[in-house]
Amino acid sequence: MRAALVAEYRKLVSTRLWWVLLIALAAYLAFVGGVLAFSIVFAPDGQDTTMPGGADAAAGVYGLVNAIGYVFPLVIGSLMITTEFRYQTITQSLLVEPRRTVLLAGKLVVAIPLGLVYGLAGMAALVAVSAPLLALKGDGAFVTDPDVLAVILLGVVVTALWTVIGVGFGAVLPNQVAAVVVLLAFTQFVEPIARLALGAFDATSSVARFLPGAAADGLIGASLIGEMGGGSGDLLPRWAALLVLLGYAAVLAGVGRLTTLRRDIG
Amino acid sequence: MGPTRDAPVLAVEGLGKSFGSVRAVDDLTFSVRPGAVTGFLGPNGAGKTTTLRMLLGLTRPTAGRALVDGLPYAEHERPARVVGAALEASSFHPGRTGLGHLEVFAAQVGASNRRCRELIDFVGLGPAAERRVGGYSMGMRQRLGLATALLADPPAVVLDEPANGLDPEGIRWMRGLLRAFAAEGRTVLISSHVLSEVQHTVDDVVIIAHGRLVHASSLADLGALATPETYVESPAAGALAGLCDDRGWSRRADGAGLVVAGVPAAEIGAAAYAAGIELHQLVSRGVGLEDVFLRLTGGVR
Repeated sequence: MRAALVAEYRKLVSTRLWWVLLIALAAYLAFVGGVLAFSIVFAPDGQDTTMPGGADAAAGVYGLVNAIGYVFPLVIGSLMITTEFRYQTITQSLLVEPRRTVLLAGKLVVAIPLGLVYGLAGMAALVAVSAPLLALKGDGAFVTDPDVLAVILLGVVVTALWTVIGVGFGAVLPNQVAAVVVLLAFTQFVEPIARLALGAFDATSSVARFLPGAAADGLIGASLIGEMGGGSGDLLPRWAALLVLLGYAAVLAGVGRLTTLRRDIG
Repeated sequence: MGPTRDAPVLAVEGLGKSFGSVRAVDDLTFSVRPGAVTGFLGPNGAGKTTTLRMLLGLTRPTAGRALVDGLPYAEHERPARVVGAALEASSFHPGRTGLGHLEVFAAQVGASNRRCRELIDFVGLGPAAERRVGGYSMGMRQRLGLATALLADPPAVVLDEPANGLDPEGIRWMRGLLRAFAAEGRTVLISSHVLSEVQHTVDDVVIIAHGRLVHASSLADLGALATPETYVESPAAGALAGLCDDRGWSRRADGAGLVVAGVPAAEIGAAAYAAGIELHQLVSRGVGLEDVFLRLTGGVR
């Protein structure tokens, strides 16, 4: 198993993709975080009833690492599998390690430190740009507030979870182009709309909490979409959110093992 | 270099693979011995790659089994240490360097980074080691695939179409290498769709067509299947044809003359002289192994 981890680590760092995506994530979060912090700080007084303030505002901004950043760890995680199929390196990978469960497990495990690196970089970029802006307003950036600190730390953790879920997703859908398209469509379009739509009705609002993005919001305890939807109360408690996310990872990885990784290679 | 352990026998027993109603491989049985180079031959689409993929545990047989040293490939503890294989010259991430590619797979076969460096020099890619594979030529990919197969210095080597994309100098180098492996006692199996490409390399041949075995023997025994032909031309074509028929020789028209199969030129010349038939040409034509190969693989069509 140790050799499998070394192999997965080398696969990752021997191409440029991981740091290209890492820089893209950091730049994207720095930009959006800056814009959001700017609009909170410089919103005209008296009109900011829709804008959260104080610690909530800080938590919302730092929570962007999840709310809008999660597509990056999902994509890099899925690419850990889909590139093997795209370039047929899966053949050589299975020649040196025919135990397919070991191959998949190696990828899932290596996704954790990779995701933590993504989370740290994304969060650092986000805080570096938005905290000084938030601090311009008298009540400050709240980076030492315990609730805000939890958002920052869990934002890093949840990014690692997204990476693991991405690996599972790649195992279910090994076609690289299809996987990236589906991830983009789901994270940028399908899920946000589904959350707003399901959240609009009492009967379905409890279902919306179990969508992956909503569960991740529940884990970090901050929800941009929830707040825009008019109420942030509809989140799972942290322990339940963690279980839901781990469940997504386990189900996707399990399905991938029993489908993609059971098939003939070639 | 020498093999790190006793070379295994590669054996295929009643192996079959169906894709839907198509039988890609059908009741195939043969074995590959150590200490020799075995050519696994057949036209494109005959089922060679599918068979190799089943031998290497990548594809699941629908019938029979494929064994390495008596055990399926995937059931070996570290199978790539027993059999080094290169299946497709295109199976590389284009963004990875040649050396990086070797290092990725080195950990799981227990090869050091130093070994990777030695190998990339050994296959002649030293100057290109730090370049990305996307810029490699077909021949360079072929060499990199070979280096990957040799990471663990395995006692058995399986190469799919190893001559593809190599220049003549590269083909000669590959031939020398494979001969040396066999001389060291390793088991060597190489596939090809052109017999002439490997006939100076192999000791044994296994020939398949349409997924079925059509011939397995030493190369020398395959050569014995080749029958000589003689081209004869005479102004008295009718008399010559009559002579052939009298003697029971099989003949066929070829240009201005006849081709007589299985009869040496001297015998035809003597018979024509005795019968008073004037000959203008009397030429021995050796039947190449390639013709035998084509006859064997075309026969089941």
